Amino acid sequence: MKALSQRRRHPLAAVALLLMGLLITGGLYMAAGSVNEAKAATGYSASDIEQGEKLFVANCATCHGLNAEGTADGPSLIGVGAAAVDFQVGTGRMPMQMQGPQAQAKPVQFDDDQISQLSAFVASLGAGPAIPSDDVLDTSQGNSAAGGTVFRVNCAMCHNAAAAGGALTRGKFAPALAGVSEKHIYEAMITGPQNMPVFNESNISPDEKRDVITFLKEIESQGSPGGAKLGSLGPVAEGLFIWTAGLGIIIGFTIWLTSRPS
Amino acid sequence: MSTTTEYTPKTTTGRIANFVDSRVGGSAMVKEFGRKIFPDHWSFMFGEVALYTFVLLLISGTFLTFFFDPTMTHVVYDGSYNPLKGIGMSAAYSSTLDISFDVRGGMFMRQVHHWSAILFVAAVSVHMLRVFFTGAFRKPRELNWVVGGVLLILAMAAGFTGYSLPDDLLSGNGLRIIDGVVKAIPVVGSYISLFLFGGEFPGTAVIGRLYALHIMIVPAIILLMVGIHLFMVVVHKHTQYPGPGRTNDNVVGFPVGPVYAAKAGGFFFIVFGIVAAISGLLTINPVWNYGPYDPSPVSAGTQPDWYIGFVDGALRLMPGMFGNFSFEWLIPFPWGTNTLSLNVLFPALVPAGIMFMIMFTWPWIESWITKDKREHHLLDRPRNAPFRTGMGVAGVISYCVMWAAASSDLIATHFLVSLNDVTYWLRVLFILGPILGFIVARRIALALQRKDREIVLHGRETGIIEMAPEGAFAERHEDLDAYKLHQLVNYEDRKVIPAQPNAAGHISRSEKNRGALSKFFFEDRVAPVTPSELAALKAEHGHGPAEVEGSSSDSIEK
Amino acid sequence: MGDHSHGSPDDSGTVAKAGTGTLDKFQDPGLPPHRKRLADTDPRAEKRAERQVALLFIISIIGTLSFFIAYFVLGRPDNLSDIRVQNAMLGLGTTFAMLGIGIGIVHWAKTLMPDHEISEMRHPIRPEADRLDAVEIIDQVIEETGIKRRPLIRNTLIGAIALAPIPAIFMFRDLDRTGKTAGEMVEQFRHTMWDKDVRLTRDPSGTPIKASDVQIGSVFHVIPEGLDEAENVLNEKAKAVVLLMRLDPKKMDISEGREDWHYEGIVAYSKICTHVGCPVALYEQQTHHLLCPCHQSTFDLTQECKVIFGPAGRALPQLPIKVDADGFLVAQSDFHEPVGPSYWERG
Repeated sequence: MKALSQRRRHPLAAVALLLMGLLITGGLYMAAGSVNEAKAATGYSASDIEQGEKLFVANCATCHGLNAEGTADGPSLIGVGAAAVDFQVGTGRMPMQMQGPQAQAKPVQFDDDQISQLSAFVASLGAGPAIPSDDVLDTSQGNSAAGGTVFRVNCAMCHNAAAAGGALTRGKFAPALAGVSEKHIYEAMITGPQNMPVFNESNISPDEKRDVITFLKEIESQGSPGGAKLGSLGPVAEGLFIWTAGLGIIIGFTIWLTSRPS
Repeated sequence: MSTTTEYTPKTTTGRIANFVDSRVGGSAMVKEFGRKIFPDHWSFMFGEVALYTFVLLLISGTFLTFFFDPTMTHVVYDGSYNPLKGIGMSAAYSSTLDISFDVRGGMFMRQVHHWSAILFVAAVSVHMLRVFFTGAFRKPRELNWVVGGVLLILAMAAGFTGYSLPDDLLSGNGLRIIDGVVKAIPVVGSYISLFLFGGEFPGTAVIGRLYALHIMIVPAIILLMVGIHLFMVVVHKHTQYPGPGRTNDNVVGFPVGPVYAAKAGGFFFIVFGIVAAISGLLTINPVWNYGPYDPSPVSAGTQPDWYIGFVDGALRLMPGMFGNFSFEWLIPFPWGTNTLSLNVLFPALVPAGIMFMIMFTWPWIESWITKDKREHHLLDRPRNAPFRTGMGVAGVISYCVMWAAASSDLIATHFLVSLNDVTYWLRVLFILGPILGFIVARRIALALQRKDREIVLHGRETGIIEMAPEGAFAERHEDLDAYKLHQLVNYEDRKVIPAQPNAAGHISRSEKNRGALSKFFFEDRVAPVTPSELAALKAEHGHGPAEVEGSSSDSIEK
Repeated sequence: MGDHSHGSPDDSGTVAKAGTGTLDKFQDPGLPPHRKRLADTDPRAEKRAERQVALLFIISIIGTLSFFIAYFVLGRPDNLSDIRVQNAMLGLGTTFAMLGIGIGIVHWAKTLMPDHEISEMRHPIRPEADRLDAVEIIDQVIEETGIKRRPLIRNTLIGAIALAPIPAIFMFRDLDRTGKTAGEMVEQFRHTMWDKDVRLTRDPSGTPIKASDVQIGSVFHVIPEGLDEAENVLNEKAKAVVLLMRLDPKKMDISEGREDWHYEGIVAYSKICTHVGCPVALYEQQTHHLLCPCHQSTFDLTQECKVIFGPAGRALPQLPIKVDADGFLVAQSDFHEPVGPSYWERG
């Protein structure tokens, strides 16, 4: 113990400690990643990774650190996997415009190749959830009723039963899901962006995830059988409508009815 | 058309009249109502909107009962809505889906029913606001005001029991909130909950019980109350706005037959048409989105229908903890510790309780403060009763703050603000809003009265600018005609009535309070212009209609 | 309008009013002269109004016919967009049918029926004499019953009438037909399906969960194993639903006696809000807050689900868990306190 307490003051101790911390964090993420049964960076060429690194250094390193080790402004990306990059960059959430309660979807900053290269680079840093295969995104194989049940238990409390979105604490929110691609929905579930929990493959199986996506795509495409849906916001929108437009029209008629014609 | 038979009337109308009259004595009724006079004003129509939407509710509701299965038997859905196919649910929810998707016109009838329901409660509310702000509740109509208040509560009860019937996720969570509130009631709460649900929540009994309340008991009481309400309207005759030729002793308007009957009857079809248009084009309560009730899931944006919103909002506003102090009290008794959940009980009962208590007793409170026991058939323009307008606005604001709180999450997401901040601000507003509302509304009413005075004293601004020989510019003012003038000067001038001693020469405590309230309400007032005042002003200026603005502030003294 | 705040004793505030005269009021000029409408004077306008009313009634007929077209021609739609079209057509058909009649009648009344306002006198609701007669009759009736002179009859009658409706209240005792005594009924609130070694399973599939399945940042919605076989599934589920999350054990603030209630940072808390019972289902994985979507009560997972915002007055109950021999998560026991909203007997 004495030896350790002496070496604690060695100039390189901080570096060693940092290294150790990184190793442990990486290891933990490796363990977490293995739970996800995610593939490590496979299917990416060395040049993809190289191009990705250049893009990363130019666009992401300010916040995430030169080696994606994370800074005060952004988390470490080691072990987050290709899926996280594909989601965050592919929906325009990254790069962030400014710090705020949460990253918001914006117009996408990179083209598909660049996103793929960035994903390749981050995936090469440590094993994490990979971009889902087309098979699990194929809604023709899904069961929307089963997906609806899974959705209501796991997702509706934040995203609303009709996927219209909802509020979280202190300015954060769960976005509406209409118009989000199958791939991005899947990636959000496996990576848990922002404050969304992670739904790994043992929590909601890939088949169930496909069912959920099938359900979402079906309620999105089927339209609203009762007429305009007033934002699917439930009784608040309905009450607001009747108090403004509904009573407004009625008052218009009452004024006409009690006025004298010329 | 005419016949020549003896002892029979000469026209078809006459024959029918003869038939009816000789059996039930209908002539007296026609004589009484046939040419009864009803004043005409757009703001008098809200009661009719309420009545007509209630008729629509009865029509559409009857249709729905033929297809709705009010049981909680477990069934597996096999209708045409694909995203729920094969899902287990209650028969109530399944039959609601069938009404929506597999009964032709069922969707339409469901939407007519629900839109009518929320319009019904809205119309009742607006009608009551009109009655309040115009002072139509004053003697002899106090009891009818109370009946109206009871109708509002019944309308809410009818709405809530109906909202719960489809047994979907949204209404199920609503029932769960009710269960939580009921359990917070001291001593008997747990038992009321157990009896309501036939055991523990959710049980299998509650939908059937709510159904009995919704389709029979509550509507029957509403019908009875509507009957009493309308009977009293006939007894009292309708109030009217003040105006030339309209006094406290007459009623000016159109006779029931034919004009008023045609307008009121036609208006039923208009209301039906509006509701039909809304129901055809806009979804309401899309129960298929919410899924069957299950105690585990919940949807973001879970809210009740608007009329229950203020209670839900009060529940949201109340903090459960104040620092480390919990509003959930544990009270030690000799037999053990009991729990008093003030964080639930207080917001659920107190604001609504105070609101309804003040509402029901206001006619008597007002006549006590003003010592006014006369009959009133002429309405006040809201500006001419600044104290009442202020109180009304204070009430409306405190209601609206609670109402807004019920959608705090939607306010947060739609205006991109923090959910927590919305709650903090609404808490502040709940305290300050009504006070500010009272002050501002009263000041606005007084200011409008001053404006009326100004117009009476100096005439109407014509927009014509004249240049005097010495070069000054002035706007020409034009005197009001006698009718318009009467409209602006004919209102009740309420003065402070200080506390007065009783027969024994003693000023009682309650009389002192009354005096203080009277001072608070009527200290600031704007008196109507009197003829002598106007004459004096004209004599002073020596010129008629052309009045110069700005030279007038000395004309209102004291 | 200057300052007018001087005054006599009875109007000390800001009073804008006339000088002295109290009974001096403007005279009522009476009803304004009747103004004739176009249709009263111009026969062409009258004819036009007549045609307009008829046209509105014809629009109503067309509306009703289009309702039939929507009902029969579209038949029984088998897809949602056809249902929407049919619903809209039924609605608009009805709209035109109703508005045609309504606007037609009102237009008729406004333009063609007499529009002279009529003044009718109000009468007192009841003449004074009637009122006196009524009081006299009632007094006489009471006198003839002799109820004031015979207190024995009066008091026994009051007793009988007060007692008679009470059975009607007790009749409702069997609204709860579980056959439990009052004490047993309330005691149910204290117990859930959780017990020693009951497995935590996924909602709704009912499959058990391994500790290794639960990674940091994830949340599992959990029901007890065997819920499907329960006598009343929803009643049991309403009490037993649990949220399962994993935290970094170092971030957890664990109170005395709860040290072994978690398994390597995996914790289970009741999903039923302690406020009024909504499912507290929103888990923010970075802030470790649980939020109830109904009334926004917020619970901090790192502080054993203490209330940090909103109307709840009490932390969420924790379910003690461990891992069984097969690596599956199981409960150590039932909750140590009743779940869900407070009630009087909770203590």
